[in-house]
Amino acid sequence: MEKMNQDEMKNLVLNYLTKEYLEDVDEEITFDTPLISSGYVDSFSMISLLVFLENTFKIKIPGSKATPEAFDTINRIIALVNQYYV
Amino acid sequence: MRLLPDIVSYEERLKSFDWSLAVTELGYVKEDIINIGWYCSDRICLKGNADKIALYYESFGGTEKSFTFNDVRLTSNTIGNFLINLGLKNEDRICLFMDRIPELYFSFLGILKIGAIVQPLFSAFGDESLYIRLENAQTRAIITQRKHLPKVRKISHKLPFLEYVIVVDPVKGKSLEKNEVAFILHETPSVEDFKIFPTRAESPSVLHYTSGTTGQPKGVEHVHYSLISQYLTAKWVLDLHDNDIYWCTADPGWVTGTSYGIIGPWSLGITQCVLDAGFSAQAWYKFIEKYKVSVWYTAPTAIRSLMKAGKEVVESFDLSSLRHLSSVGEPLNSEAVVWSGKVFGKQFHDTFWQTETGSIMISNYIGMKIKPGSMGKPFPGIVGVVLDPKTFEPVPEPGKVGLIAFKPGWPAMMRGYWNNHEKYREKFVNGWYLTGDKASIDNEGYFWFIGRDDDVINTAGHLVSPFEVESALLEHPAVAESAVVAKPDEINMEVVKAFVTLKPGIIPDKELELDIMNFIRRKLSPMAMPQEIEYMDKLPKTRSGKIMRRVLRAKEWGEEIGDVSTLEDD
Repeated sequence: MEKMNQDEMKNLVLNYLTKEYLEDVDEEITFDTPLISSGYVDSFSMISLLVFLENTFKIKIPGSKATPEAFDTINRIIALVNQYYV
Repeated sequence: MRLLPDIVSYEERLKSFDWSLAVTELGYVKEDIINIGWYCSDRICLKGNADKIALYYESFGGTEKSFTFNDVRLTSNTIGNFLINLGLKNEDRICLFMDRIPELYFSFLGILKIGAIVQPLFSAFGDESLYIRLENAQTRAIITQRKHLPKVRKISHKLPFLEYVIVVDPVKGKSLEKNEVAFILHETPSVEDFKIFPTRAESPSVLHYTSGTTGQPKGVEHVHYSLISQYLTAKWVLDLHDNDIYWCTADPGWVTGTSYGIIGPWSLGITQCVLDAGFSAQAWYKFIEKYKVSVWYTAPTAIRSLMKAGKEVVESFDLSSLRHLSSVGEPLNSEAVVWSGKVFGKQFHDTFWQTETGSIMISNYIGMKIKPGSMGKPFPGIVGVVLDPKTFEPVPEPGKVGLIAFKPGWPAMMRGYWNNHEKYREKFVNGWYLTGDKASIDNEGYFWFIGRDDDVINTAGHLVSPFEVESALLEHPAVAESAVVAKPDEINMEVVKAFVTLKPGIIPDKELELDIMNFIRRKLSPMAMPQEIEYMDKLPKTRSGKIMRRVLRAKEWGEEIGDVSTLEDD
């Protein structure tokens, strides 16, 4: 599989989060929108978000790295993914 | 200046306790009108506190609002008046399905003021969870926000009793559907004089839903007289004083968020604050610092998350306003109590109670020695014991594990399960109310929590029914069979784990795992979503075909499997 560029990666995550978590069609999130601390994404969903990232980028992220802080924005998520995505 | 605790002395209170103390303080006269909506707003104004701040509200986005007790009185009047004009009346069930926005708190009181029954539901519930509860209660109206409308719209056509969907923040220019009505509080003229419905002590007030091992969720019926317990426990356990700034982190979709996030503090005329946002250690400490929170009532899961965030984060904020800390929802581990003593200079006081009990039953009190890890002792006036699980007689020996039970009769005790008298009756044996939890009592009378007596999963203080999750899993097109158990978790105490077998030809993989997880989250709720899914070729069953959950649970907890003589052969 060809390696995705940063924008493609961010947009993939953004589309997933929009589809799964934004109930109000008028709401929009950006790469810097707080996700966990804002309440858009609940803390229970960090595990499914982790599964999504691992499936999508074919990586393994240690559970200890999947913290509310690391998952709080799309930019931070991609920074974490970049550590394992080669 | 050091404040004298409201309870003064737990031991002394035990000697001469009577609930009439709260009745007198509240000025309630037996057989007379008692309405929680009035007690939490009008009465506080009449006592001269109309201009006192009742609510500081802050959203994640930074929106800040504050409301006085007079504002609470007027807004709840206005909402009550709107509901009456729609034709809603006493004993109608009106659901609140909103995030923690001010309208939620005012609507709670407005509904009570018209004598109707408030049915608060957690706004993260999926459409199936919402449907089951609205259908069961035959709810006549739901008050919600536009962000939750898609879920309501998905099910409203299947709910013949649901006449009104009231939207508090409709988008201008966007039309609402047939049974939807706009209600914008700040654009509606305030109602100064409102005729409050003359509810009595046994008039129904709040209908909270809770989950059991089997069957659908049950609606727990409370009455206006619950105020007596909620007022006094808020005063003595949470130790709320006139000048306190109080923060209850619970969502009013759950009983803590209403008994102690609305009724208890506001009946005492206490200023409280609400942060409508997700969890973040930084944001929480900043909130405490900013509003100078003095009394904080939160949950062990949050405390453990704060512990994980580290001491350094605490040290970057001024939290010196904190005076009293309490916890509820799950057992508070001793490490968390010791940690809070070190970093906040105050230990968390654990409290134990349930949706059914309506108010705090067992607690650690200011002035009483805290034994870290213990639930504490029964509130004065509450007779609490542990019962032998075979004889249902109180266990006399200290340290022996039994079923936590209470002698019925305290004011906030549930009056029934909605439309389910049989289940209600099952909660009582030998004149005791059975909580479904197990504990032991030590030689000084302290209760020590052991665990549930059934298969209900307590995740971050929320009870999840394995039956409900298993049923929902079977609706997934790939799932043939399912079994759901609790799995130990460092932060949430327990999380949901699902074991599934798949339909012929379906290949188990990680994509399917994610699909099943999201399916359950959307349908039920985030906390019901399995945090782990294990694919199996077959599930352990009895010879009669019943799935043996306890075998799977024992495996997760590293416990002995026990008697497997009824397990079917391979």
